[in-house]
Amino acid sequence: MGVEELPVQRFSFLSLLRNALRYRKGWQRMWRNPEPKRRYDVVIIGGGGHGLGAAYYLAKEHGVRNVAVLERGWLGGGNTARNTMTIRSNYVRPPSVPFHEGSMALYRELSRELNYNLMVGRRGMIAFLQGTAAARTAARMANTMHVYGANYELIDVEEIARRVPAFRPPARPRLPLLGGVCQPDAMMARHDAMAWGFARMADSMGVDIIQNCEVTGIRRDGNRVTGVETGRGRIDAGKVGMAVAGHGSVVAEMAGIRLPIEVQPLQAWVSEPVKPFLDQILVFSGYGCYMMQSDKGELVIGGPTDPYPSYAQRGTFPIVEQVTAAVLEMFPALARMKLLRHWAGVLDIVYDGSPIISRTPLDGFSVDVAGAGGFKTTPMAARMHAWLIANDEPHELIRDFGLDRFERGRLVFEGGVSFNR
Amino acid sequence: MMLIPCPFCGPRNEDEFSCWSEAIPRPADPSSLSDAQWVDFVYNHRNPKGPVREQWWHARGCRRWILVERDTRTHDVLSASAAAP
Ligand SMILES: Cc1cc2nc3c(=O)[nH]c(=O)nc-3n(C[C@H](O)[C@H](O)[C@H](O)COP(=O)(O)OP(=O)(O)OC[C@H]3O[C@@H](n4cnc5c(N)ncnc54)[C@H](O)[C@@H]3O)c2cc1C
Repeated sequence: MGVEELPVQRFSFLSLLRNALRYRKGWQRMWRNPEPKRRYDVVIIGGGGHGLGAAYYLAKEHGVRNVAVLERGWLGGGNTARNTMTIRSNYVRPPSVPFHEGSMALYRELSRELNYNLMVGRRGMIAFLQGTAAARTAARMANTMHVYGANYELIDVEEIARRVPAFRPPARPRLPLLGGVCQPDAMMARHDAMAWGFARMADSMGVDIIQNCEVTGIRRDGNRVTGVETGRGRIDAGKVGMAVAGHGSVVAEMAGIRLPIEVQPLQAWVSEPVKPFLDQILVFSGYGCYMMQSDKGELVIGGPTDPYPSYAQRGTFPIVEQVTAAVLEMFPALARMKLLRHWAGVLDIVYDGSPIISRTPLDGFSVDVAGAGGFKTTPMAARMHAWLIANDEPHELIRDFGLDRFERGRLVFEGGVSFNR
Repeated sequence: MMLIPCPFCGPRNEDEFSCWSEAIPRPADPSSLSDAQWVDFVYNHRNPKGPVREQWWHARGCRRWILVERDTRTHDVLSASAAAP
């Protein structure tokens, strides 16, 4: 049966060389394209990083291999391919810091573990402190992070200018610039590679990855989930996990569940490529936007979420205008650069700004809602979701990220650059 | 870009408004709700993909509250009316 039964092909310098000499004819497909089976032990809805990662960790760490990932489009075509790839852990609440730090630790090992180059690189991130409130919050955040062993340094304006030679403090800023705060361990990674790397290894362990397969209904027997309806027929399942990013309310509604989330578009855009001049990720906190230079030389610029719910997967113009004005205030020299591409994704913004990885009122149906900045959390959230599915109870690292926190009044308030409540 | 027909000012740029939330009627007797019912009212909203009725505030205009019906797939504005008569 050819390709279907081959074990996963390892990538190495030697395999590259061998295949170059054979006119690259020896490469096999990275994952199969199977027909859905009638029944799986676990069905994961959503083939982004979170869903593929959950399948990978189920197979690898819990021996659950009769698993399908159902994706309505193509792998990683949702927010996984639309995000700006910053990975950081500057959060202020006790449950958040170890969760995000743990995710960063996973990222550092993931290329090796998956035998797939995720291009994880340490970049460093400097947030500009534009006002005393921002400076106070940063100081408090630094203290929290130090408790958990994460590095977060307060620096002054001269130090920003030293680390970012292209930056000259504006003579008449709209908001006062008091200094900055730097997370030297912040990283960037290749987003598609994460989805593909997880998919390839999950597939090699027997997980069926089924694209073009939209889930249209959730089947139940009393209070227990029994499977899903899809565009390709009914699929039975012992358990169902949801990781659909901007469609959480739509899919949860199929299970009769409402989630404490609101869908909001988030936009980003990139310039023409130029010579490297910026190696840090810069966040202009007061204006809610950020900028960095990609490996290709493009400036990547992003803003806050759009200020009203939308599934349209396109942004609105006022945000582009507002963010561009902010970037030009800080870097007037960029005024003549051309923008090349612009896009938006849709995010399930949780009311307290933290992720939800949780059981639900429907037995056997679990949800992983990435929330605002879920690229950075992908490996950890996926791993914790897999744990939850396998053990029917949350790992202690995510005990505070359950749905029950809303009823118990134990919200985990976090704000990101992309969170505007 | 949406043009929102404010019932008091006529069609205005979306940038003048601020979107508050889905228009959900306040419970008649809040103190009689269970915690779960209160969470449903405050947080667990429909968040629909399609038509939705929301409360908008004409913050940089007449500063009145209005109800806007809108399609979250297309940004089509279906109607706008005064929130309180
Ligand atoms: C412009 C932008 C910039 C961002 N920048 C950052 C950043 O710098 N750092 C960071 O940490 N995060 C960032 N994010 C957030 C991050 O992209 C997301 O939180 C994360 O990618 C979510 O991953 P996911 O796997 O849950 O979602 P997705 O990759 O969106 O995967 C969900 C999948 O579910 C599928 N699906 C939906 N409904 C169904 C259905 N009914 N049946 C079957 N499949 C379905 C979708 O097609 C999709 O492929 C950014 C997002 C955007 C839009």
